[in-house]
Amino acid sequence: MDDITRELTDLVATKFKVPPERVRLESDFIADFGADSLALVELVMALEERLGVRIEDEEAERVRTFADAVALAKTKSAA
Amino acid sequence: MPGAAILGTGLAVPAHTVSNDDLAGWLDTSDEWIVARTGIRTRRTVDGTDEATSDLATAAARAALARAETAAEELDLVAVATCSGDFVLPATACVVQAALGARRAAAFDLNAACSGFIYGLALAAGMLATGAARRILLVGAEVFSRHVDWHDRTTAVLFGDGAGAVVLGPGDDVLGTSLGADGTRVGDLLIPAGGSRRPVDEGALAERLHKIRMHGAEVFRAAVESMTAALRDAAARAGVRPADLRWVFAHQANARIIAGVAERLALPLSRFPMNVDRYGNTGAATIPVLLAEAAAAGTLCPGDLIGLTAAGAGLTWAGAVLRWSGAA
Repeated sequence: MDDITRELTDLVATKFKVPPERVRLESDFIADFGADSLALVELVMALEERLGVRIEDEEAERVRTFADAVALAKTKSAA
Repeated sequence: MPGAAILGTGLAVPAHTVSNDDLAGWLDTSDEWIVARTGIRTRRTVDGTDEATSDLATAAARAALARAETAAEELDLVAVATCSGDFVLPATACVVQAALGARRAAAFDLNAACSGFIYGLALAAGMLATGAARRILLVGAEVFSRHVDWHDRTTAVLFGDGAGAVVLGPGDDVLGTSLGADGTRVGDLLIPAGGSRRPVDEGALAERLHKIRMHGAEVFRAAVESMTAALRDAAARAGVRPADLRWVFAHQANARIIAGVAERLALPLSRFPMNVDRYGNTGAATIPVLLAEAAAAGTLCPGDLIGLTAAGAGLTWAGAVLRWSGAA
């Protein structure tokens, strides 16, 4: 597991109060962790703070699964 | 920025209470759903009465004048922060001025949506500093219930009616303010029809363009970010750190916005007085209503450093830092 994935696993586990081992790439935040729409916004904002990047509203709206979040974080960190 | 002292506070909310269970009677929603996403349990509305914004504003003003031991005739200015006034024309402040008998006072409304009270405070402090006025009545008042689409579950659950007022005189309570706006975000929260852009014609009524429209997720995020930044900036201008603030009176739109602001400022949530659970979002009224409740409860001590922060339609945002001098 790379650094960004590890860091995001921590963040997601803390945010949705689930054990880190339950956070998998295919995890769907709403279906699997009971997130509501505002929780997705809160997650994106936490991601921004952690990585020190700006994520636009249109990019934020597309985050539904852990894989989405990891992909977005990697794109943003590389930019 | 010295200039203003708060001499008295007051509030008024209508008697009619609408619970989440009431809303679930006609909307596809539930108490659990609303509380989890907003922290709101009940809101007050003028439903069943002919009350308008000026009625609530006048009642709050009378309470503030009494606590400030100020007669209406002493007022130089009546300013009402509102985006849901009695009329498009004229200003609600004129209705309030007449109801109070504040004959000497100038009167105008100020529309910065939910940030309006802090915008008004900054303006009032400037006028008091220059001597342009010596007694100012500043009211935040809204009757949103007439503008809410009660069949839109994304917005109907959020808003309520209410008014809060302060009487201001010369002094040094206001240590710093910070105002801002991003007009590129007009479309995120607005009532599209009823102004000069689009009259309320049959087409507008059919599309319900005369009711409040909001992009919830975008506004939520902007509110957390701008309320945090506005308070940080106001604190810097006041020469204090956010950690020095004994209380933060944050605009009561959604408990999760306030939790987000507290987290970013690294302040305990216990420093944020809350009443969004009882009143919902009452726009420009939330901060003066909170202040009046805290003053009446004796929560505020002379010398307390307090922060104010708000964000709203426009988008607008505003922060302020005050040193409480002991108003009732």
